[in-house]
Amino acid sequence: MLLIPCPFCGPRPEDEFAYGGDATLVTPEEENNVEAIADYIFLRDNPRGWHKEFWTHRYGCRCWMIVERHTVTHKIKSVSLATSTSQ
Amino acid sequence: MRYSLFSIARHALNSHKGWTEAWKKPPLQRQYDVVIIGGGGHGLATAYYLAKLNNNLRVAVLEKGWIGGGNTGRNTTGIRSNYFLSENAKFYDYSLKLWKNLTQELNFNLMFSQRGWVSLCHSSSDVERLATRYNALRLNDIDGDVLTLDQLKTMLPDLNYSPDARFPISGAVIQRRGGVARHDAVAWGFARAASRLGVDIIENCRVTDINIDKNSVTSIQTSKGRVACKKIGICVAGHSSEIARMVGLKLPMETHLLQAMVTEPVKPFLDTGVVSPALHCYISQTDKGEILIGGGIDGYNSYSQRGTWPKIEEIVSGAISMFPRLRGLKLMRTWAGIMDMTMDGAPIIGQTPIKHLYINGGWCIGGFKAIPGAARCFAKTIINDEPHPLTAPFSLDRFRTGRLLNESGAGNLPHKQ
Repeated sequence: MLLIPCPFCGPRPEDEFAYGGDATLVTPEEENNVEAIADYIFLRDNPRGWHKEFWTHRYGCRCWMIVERHTVTHKIKSVSLATSTSQ
Repeated sequence: MRYSLFSIARHALNSHKGWTEAWKKPPLQRQYDVVIIGGGGHGLATAYYLAKLNNNLRVAVLEKGWIGGGNTGRNTTGIRSNYFLSENAKFYDYSLKLWKNLTQELNFNLMFSQRGWVSLCHSSSDVERLATRYNALRLNDIDGDVLTLDQLKTMLPDLNYSPDARFPISGAVIQRRGGVARHDAVAWGFARAASRLGVDIIENCRVTDINIDKNSVTSIQTSKGRVACKKIGICVAGHSSEIARMVGLKLPMETHLLQAMVTEPVKPFLDTGVVSPALHCYISQTDKGEILIGGGIDGYNSYSQRGTWPKIEEIVSGAISMFPRLRGLKLMRTWAGIMDMTMDGAPIIGQTPIKHLYINGGWCIGGFKAIPGAARCFAKTIINDEPHPLTAPFSLDRFRTGRLLNESGAGNLPHKQ
C-alpha cells in the first residue's frame, strides 16, 4: 500500500488517489511536427528508478500533484502541487 | 534422453537414479550468431525455433535470473484467440494452433487442456458487443459461440444468476478451443528442446550494454563478459524499456504491475475459464484444485514485482460477485508480475531502427498464449531480417504511421492519462 503525502491532507492511503501518468512529458511547440506529436503521445522514459508522475487526490481534496516515486522500492521522495507552469 | 512410458519404466528399475538434467548448463562462449536476451517463454521458444529452422546458427539465451522465473511462471496460463481485430485474431489463432501439438513436438507434457473460455455479458449492450466480436471471430475462421442464459446455467450452475448481483448476468460467449497449460512446463519444455538442438542457455547472466557500430549490433556486454554476436533478439517483457535505453531507443511502453492469486485447493467444480469484462476479473480452477483469480493492472508504473492490497480486494470482490460460493475460501498465495504495457494494447514484434536488433515485447497482460506463435514468427524475422507476414502489423513504427491496433479493453489507455 502506498502512503501518499497529499500537500493539503497529509499522508493518505493510495486507494484515495488516482494515477495520472508520467509528469515529465512536454507538449511539442510546433503544431505541424507529426513525428514530435507522435513521440509525445506514445513514447515514455519508463525508468526503473525515480519517476515523476501525476496523482490526484480523487476521494479527498481533489488536488493534482506531482509525486516523485521509485518504481522498484515504491518510496516517495517528494510531492508538490501540479500547477499550470509545472511540466 | 527422450521422455516416454518406456523411459519411466526403465529408470524405475534403476530407482530413478539415471535421469539426466533437462537442459545443459554450458559456459558462455565468446561469439554467437544470435543472442536472445531473456530466458522466459518467448526467449526460450525463439531460440528453439531459430535452432529448428536453421541448425547451423549458434544461438545463446541470456537470462539474468533463472529460467521461467519472470512472467512465464507468474501468469494465469490462459490460452485463447478471441480477438476482434483481424490482425490480432489471425496471429493469436496461429499461436493457438501451434499449442495443440506442442507437447508432442517438445516431448514435454505441457498439460495443455482446451477446456474453453467463457466471457460473461451483464447487459443487453454487452450481449450485442460480444456477439459482434464472436461473429467477427467466425469471419476469421475461429470458433466462437453465443450462449443463451439457459445454456450458461447448465454449463456453469455456480455463477450468481440473481437479479440482485453486483452485475446481473444476461448471457455469455464461449471460445471452446481456448484453454490452459502448465506455465512452468512451457519454460522447461522449450529450454530442454532448445538445449537438445545446441542452444546455450546461460542463467544468472545479466546484460549490461549493447555495442553498436555503424547503426548495427556488434557485441553484447554481460555480467559474464563480452560476447560478439551478429544479431540480438530482445525478449524481456517488463524490462524492454531498460534494454532499449542501452541503444538510445525510447519505446511506446510503460511497465505496470499485474497481480494474480490462488485460493486453497477445493474439489473440482469449474471446468472452463470464466471472465467478466465488467468486473475486470477472470477465474479458472487449476489441476491441483486451487481457484486461480486474476484481474486488471494495479495502475501505476512499477518494476517491483509486488502488488498492493487495494487491487487484491477489488479482484477478489469481483470473483465473489461471480461465484458467491468462493466467499469462505482462504487465499493461499498472491503474486505480481511486471507487464510491458504498450500504448495501444498490442505487442511489438519485429525490427528496430538499429540493424540486426529485434524486439519481441509489449505483451501487456496477454503474452503467455502467444509464446509459440510469436516465437516462431520472431525467429523467422531474425533469420530473414524482414517482418513475418503474421506479425508485420505489430511493427514498432506503427505508433508513427498511425496504424495502431487498438483492441478494446487492452493496453494502458494513454488517452485516459
